[in-house]
Amino acid sequence: MKPAASPESADVAELLPLPPATFHILLALAAGDRHGYGIIQDVEARTEGALRLSPGTLYRSIQRLLEQGLIVEPRRPMSRLDDPRRRYYRITPFGTAVARAETRRLAQLVRLARVAGLLAPEPS
Amino acid sequence: MIRLYRTLLHLYPSAFRVEYGNEMCALFTERSGGARGIRRVGMILAALADIVPNALAVHRDMLLDDLRYTARSLRHSRGFAIAAVAVIAIGVGANTAAFSVADFVLFRPLPFPEPNTIVRLCWGPRSGGGWGCQNQLSPANYRDYKTMASSFEVLGAFSGNAVNLVGAGEPRRLTLTAVTAEVLPLLRVPPLMGRVFDTTRTGGASDRQVVLSHGLWQSQFGGDREVLGRSVNLNGAPYEVIGVMPPEFHFPTREVQGWTQLVLREEDYANRGNNYLEAVGRLRSGVSMEQARADLSVVAERLARDYPETNADAGFSFFSLRDSMSPRYRLMLFGLCGATLCILLLTCANLANLLLARAGARERELAVRAALGAGKERLVRQMVTESISLALIGGVAGVAVAAAAVPLLALLVPTTLPVAIQPTLDLRVLAAAAGFATLTGLGFGLVPALRVGGRTGFQALREGARSGGGRKQRLRQVLVTLEVTISVLLLVSSGLLIRAVWRIQSVDPGFVSDGVLTLRTALPRPKYDLTERRLQFYNRVLAEVRSLPGVQSAAYITGLPILMPGRITGIVIPGREVSPTFRNDIVSIRFVTGGYFRTMGIRMVRGRDVSEGDVRGRPPVAVISESFARQFWPGADAIGQTFEARDETRTVVGIVRDVKVRGLERTNEPQLYVPAGQVEDTAFSNDDPRDLVIRYGGATETLVPTVREIVRAADPEQPISDVRTLQDVVAGETATRRAQLRVLGALAAIALLLSGIGVYGLLAYTVAQRSREIGIRLALGGRPAGVARLIVSQGMKIAVIGIVPGIVGAFMVARTMRALLFGIAPADPPTVMVAVGLVLLMTLAGSLLPALRAVRVSPMLALKAD
Repeated sequence: MKPAASPESADVAELLPLPPATFHILLALAAGDRHGYGIIQDVEARTEGALRLSPGTLYRSIQRLLEQGLIVEPRRPMSRLDDPRRRYYRITPFGTAVARAETRRLAQLVRLARVAGLLAPEPS
Repeated sequence: MIRLYRTLLHLYPSAFRVEYGNEMCALFTERSGGARGIRRVGMILAALADIVPNALAVHRDMLLDDLRYTARSLRHSRGFAIAAVAVIAIGVGANTAAFSVADFVLFRPLPFPEPNTIVRLCWGPRSGGGWGCQNQLSPANYRDYKTMASSFEVLGAFSGNAVNLVGAGEPRRLTLTAVTAEVLPLLRVPPLMGRVFDTTRTGGASDRQVVLSHGLWQSQFGGDREVLGRSVNLNGAPYEVIGVMPPEFHFPTREVQGWTQLVLREEDYANRGNNYLEAVGRLRSGVSMEQARADLSVVAERLARDYPETNADAGFSFFSLRDSMSPRYRLMLFGLCGATLCILLLTCANLANLLLARAGARERELAVRAALGAGKERLVRQMVTESISLALIGGVAGVAVAAAAVPLLALLVPTTLPVAIQPTLDLRVLAAAAGFATLTGLGFGLVPALRVGGRTGFQALREGARSGGGRKQRLRQVLVTLEVTISVLLLVSSGLLIRAVWRIQSVDPGFVSDGVLTLRTALPRPKYDLTERRLQFYNRVLAEVRSLPGVQSAAYITGLPILMPGRITGIVIPGREVSPTFRNDIVSIRFVTGGYFRTMGIRMVRGRDVSEGDVRGRPPVAVISESFARQFWPGADAIGQTFEARDETRTVVGIVRDVKVRGLERTNEPQLYVPAGQVEDTAFSNDDPRDLVIRYGGATETLVPTVREIVRAADPEQPISDVRTLQDVVAGETATRRAQLRVLGALAAIALLLSGIGVYGLLAYTVAQRSREIGIRLALGGRPAGVARLIVSQGMKIAVIGIVPGIVGAFMVARTMRALLFGIAPADPPTVMVAVGLVLLMTLAGSLLPALRAVRVSPMLALKAD
């Protein structure tokens, strides 16, 4: 049951908050199409080694993201850099919208934490 | 190492594995590449820790998806969902209830340690082939069996002993059993408190002891722990409470409230013809029932030789305590179980039918999904989820059905078994029935998914609405035919039983049961040892009762017909040759006061009733029944004739109509009525008149308290028990049968309804399938009536094919149940005709709607549909 919900019909807000692994995968794909191992490396580099996705978690998340229409497997011409055995993933406009919404949600949370004095004031 | 990893991936659903397995393997190789030794183990463990929870999560997500999908699709076809759940609930519920009760009554071990070695012994035919305890042993015969038979580890005797409990509030009538000291210990259930009777001590006035049942201890003594050692007044004598039995202990029946000690003295052994004992024993270990029976036969033979007068054609009835019920009960329960099994079969057939019909309707949907990339495993998984969800919901509803049905079925538990009243739901049975329904659901629910998976989706899409051709349709026809067969079987069987009950109810008991109230005042000995004293009590009570407004007449008798079936005696006619076996001259004997026949509505044929003047010292007289007169003085006038009964010569002064002393379904001895005033002082207390019968014209509500007052005034210590109307007594004769009928009738009605639905479903499906063909016919000028006839005749064909084996099956079933049919022929034509008529009517009703729909098919629409 792959194309369960179309991006249009699903509501962005319904998917929030995103699980951390999912959010990181979207962040990695926002920078460009990547294959599975590429995502893991990207996340690891971005978090300076703090988050290392395991294959199980990665592909379970990918399956969900595909089902929800946040990412797709693009049919794209092979470039020289591509590894032909690998499957590549691309964020959809809906995926970008969801990632943005999640970012806004987190920013709002951080703002609230500041007001509560849990974090140093934002440098202006 | 990568192979190991691949194996681990099998924890995932295959769809997921196919999709991502290679990627994950590649990832794993990249990361673990070149790891050696201990690091390899670490990698494997890490992989395990990663795969197991993630695979489970994927499974869970998929299940949730499937459940959501199931909910959606069931909501979409609500009719199907409700029908399927109802069908499963009925099948599972009815079977769970019926088999729980049957298991409880027939198979579950009795609540005694090593229950299979507990046996009962009673008086019976020489062959030793009697059942139950229809007749009792005399003390002398009991003693001889006990000493001469070697099969028993221990044998004890007991006898019913109803007593009046006085001095603790309202006087109360208690049902006790007098047991010899062996009986309670051999059952091996220790008392809850105190002790039971001592085997080493012999009887005497000092041994007036009583053991209480848990129920009596609770109700009469409020569960007081200090009750041990207390003295209670039973029949005017003080008895010491020595023990209390646990709540689950019942012996010999669940009605018994306590136990006194039965002590047999030398003089009790004198009269070998005085039968009032039943025996219970433990088989010696290793001795089988057959061996014991052979052993007893030898003893019976010897006794017949030694005491031909009493034992010439007397033997024994020997059975395990588990079988203390009439064969009729057993047959009834087997019948019930058979009927519910039929219902289970029917529900499974119906469920299969529903699912097949749905499968036909869904084939296209599934094909679309397959074409869009859903794998076979995925579709099968979806179907399984749906089937199991249906089965679960149906199963839960089935438990509710069973819980509601068990109390109704509890009426079928015979009172003669030493078990508590309420059978409980049997979880094993429930699981089996639910499993059966689930399997059916799975089996037939999977068909469409497998079919779609088995071929290219393309084909299914192209076939469109005309898919799901011949084979499945034939299977559905067979299923519906089977349903019709089962309905006929159940309808005929319950029809025969209904006819039997009608016939029994139309039997004339010989008395008029409306407007008669009965109650019991059993006078205790030794207080009422003198006949004179008893007469005083009867006369005073009767005089006052008769003067009450609304009361037309009243009288006392030893025992009411039906309620007291036994009490027989041999008679001797002067000048008539005494038959060698003595068995032919047996009559039923009752002691009555005047007015009994008038009160009971037993017609006086000739002569006079007994009167207050018939006391001792006056000439001994008797009233006899018509069959008595016919049997002993055929062709002559019986009035004025004499005969000898109980060592006294009596003159016949009146003849009355026969009554069904032993009940409506049994053969009855001729009846003899002796005036209550002409009994010896020392007579056996069981002969005392104790049942008061009152014919009245008003309401009983005010009558009962008034009679209570009258009895209290005559003797403040005298309890009243067994208050009921004569109508209830007669109705009690058919109570079990009517309870069984209600159940069977309900099952037959369900069967009829289910097979009606089956016929409807099949034909509706046919019409939907053939709408194109029908449309063409109509477009080409076919007459609507012809189309309708086509559909109806298809239904009728199925009905006729189903009816024939149904009738044959019903005939075979009825032959095995002949004992329950009360003379109705197993192939009773009216019953069979009504059953067949009902089934045809139901088929017609089931095919009308589809036929109408067929007639309304619009040629244009039907052709456009594809």
